[in-house]
Amino acid sequence: MTLSEKYRDEIAAILARYPVKRSALIPLLYLAQREQGYVTEEAMVEIARILGLTPPQVYETVTFYTLFNLKPVGKFHIQICKSLMCALVGSDTVIEWINAKLGIGPGETTPDGLFTLSLVECLASCGTGPMMQINEDYYERLTEEKVDRILADLRSTGSSSLKSGPFMWPEPMKT
Amino acid sequence: MPQHELILLKNMMRPGYGGSLAEYERAGGYQAIRMTLGKIPPADVTTAVRKSGLRGRGGAGFPTGVKWGFLPKDYQGPRYLCCNADESEPGTFKDRQLMERDPHQVLEGIILACYAIGAESAYIYIRGELVLAATILERAIGEARAAGYIGKNILGTGVNVDVWVHRGAGAYICGEETALLESLEGKRGLPRVKPPFPATHGLYGKPTVVNNVETLANLPHILTRGPEWFASIGSPPKSTGTRIFCVSGHVKRPGNYELPMGVTVRELIYEHAGGMRSDKPLKAFIPGGASAPFLTPAHLDVKLDFESVAAAGSMLGSGGVTVMEEGTSMVWAALRLMEFFYHESCGKCSPCREGSSWLVQIMRRIVAKRGRMEDLETLSDLCKNIAGRTVCAFGDAEVAPIQGTLKYWRDEYVALIREAESANLIMPEPAGAKR
Repeated sequence: MTLSEKYRDEIAAILARYPVKRSALIPLLYLAQREQGYVTEEAMVEIARILGLTPPQVYETVTFYTLFNLKPVGKFHIQICKSLMCALVGSDTVIEWINAKLGIGPGETTPDGLFTLSLVECLASCGTGPMMQINEDYYERLTEEKVDRILADLRSTGSSSLKSGPFMWPEPMKT
Repeated sequence: MPQHELILLKNMMRPGYGGSLAEYERAGGYQAIRMTLGKIPPADVTTAVRKSGLRGRGGAGFPTGVKWGFLPKDYQGPRYLCCNADESEPGTFKDRQLMERDPHQVLEGIILACYAIGAESAYIYIRGELVLAATILERAIGEARAAGYIGKNILGTGVNVDVWVHRGAGAYICGEETALLESLEGKRGLPRVKPPFPATHGLYGKPTVVNNVETLANLPHILTRGPEWFASIGSPPKSTGTRIFCVSGHVKRPGNYELPMGVTVRELIYEHAGGMRSDKPLKAFIPGGASAPFLTPAHLDVKLDFESVAAAGSMLGSGGVTVMEEGTSMVWAALRLMEFFYHESCGKCSPCREGSSWLVQIMRRIVAKRGRMEDLETLSDLCKNIAGRTVCAFGDAEVAPIQGTLKYWRDEYVALIREAESANLIMPEPAGAKR
């Protein structure tokens, strides 16, 4: 089934937000990625058709942005921040832990297809580093024990209660 | 510890505050809209904001009311407001907190700005990684729409404002306002040549204002308590109001601290952020995000306002203060930031695209103890040939870490290179070297 067939209403709602169709390109690429975990060539061609663009116009745009995967990634995409602020408080050690626990380095996926590791630049979490993002969730103030629990949670239930909620740091004083 | 009145973080500091519409209203929220829309002419709102002295909180510090005043008065057609929520400057994590903990404060600011500039559509361009913030904003927009604060004929005043969340997709440069507009138009986020400025030719070529999240969040307070009140806070006349300083690095209590502009770095680090993590002396700090040159312990009494930090040779920027303790290698720190800028250069201008690649290669070589003394001259030369020679301010930003560390810690570069020379190693060019 094509995206237009499966998500007719959602696509219409996205298009309605903008006076110029091309503005819907990034939102539609997100929709395609949500569907298959990465943006397929078929999806790019279809999105081009929906927006009245050529496939190269879609391709030139999708390749500019780091959040779009152009090939499949693991079920859980671990992205560790390696920028200076996190590096000052130990992000290189987090990379070593992940490497030791999962046997993967940056850019690699575990053989079971569960985990992919990427190193990324600043995720606006500098006061609560070291940190990582896994799929849509942030995990902050990482320790080795916390990383163990997160990985175990994800393996067993697909999600972890250790993910960050609405951000505030330092936390408000308790009365 | 000196106590200062909180403005932007006041609601969320209350125990149990969840940021819902009802809680925001109970805390006095949306009063500014009731007092302003249809009661104060839009031009007077702009005048009030100009009088308040409010300057942009995203990094450049441009006076907000003046920016609004650049929109053509007689233009008949759509105008747009873009809320810049692409918080990506390393060291900065305040907008995330404002959006996730008190989203209606941001929305009320957006509605007020739209009213002042005559825009009926606002887009919140939020960095793609902040999925939770985007979800919370969407929910808040739904609440505000149901309550009549967003949409057609707001509170019966005849004013129309619609607000949408637009997620970016991972590109630091999209925080630059014209790159943001390109990205919002569905293109690669390449900054535009200016002039023309967004005020006349912005989103879809229409008059547009781009304002940062924290800037907008100040507006409800300015309009309820008056521009004179706001202008009396901080370091008047040029740096008024508070800043949310984001403290990271080697301190005991990193985090967001809202303080009047003009507090000293010493007070911020040692009073509010609890001092140094392991009680080692402070070696260096960055006062305003990765784009701001490093400063030293000699600058601890510099006031954190726009002019004082600039006079000290750096910039207040986005308010991200990163602290480094004794023992941190400054060459390594500069390399880490250089890798960031190399990764994020959009590739439009050759000095930045090629220069960032050269800088990162030379820095890696020096850190790997394969450097040569003439590398220092090359680094300085490259920096001079990038800064000021690009379409946007990214070129100036990317040379800041190297120029700053070369200025104060040149001996650390020299020591690493001497080690390389004394080892008398044969040093082949790294693979992929461009010269």
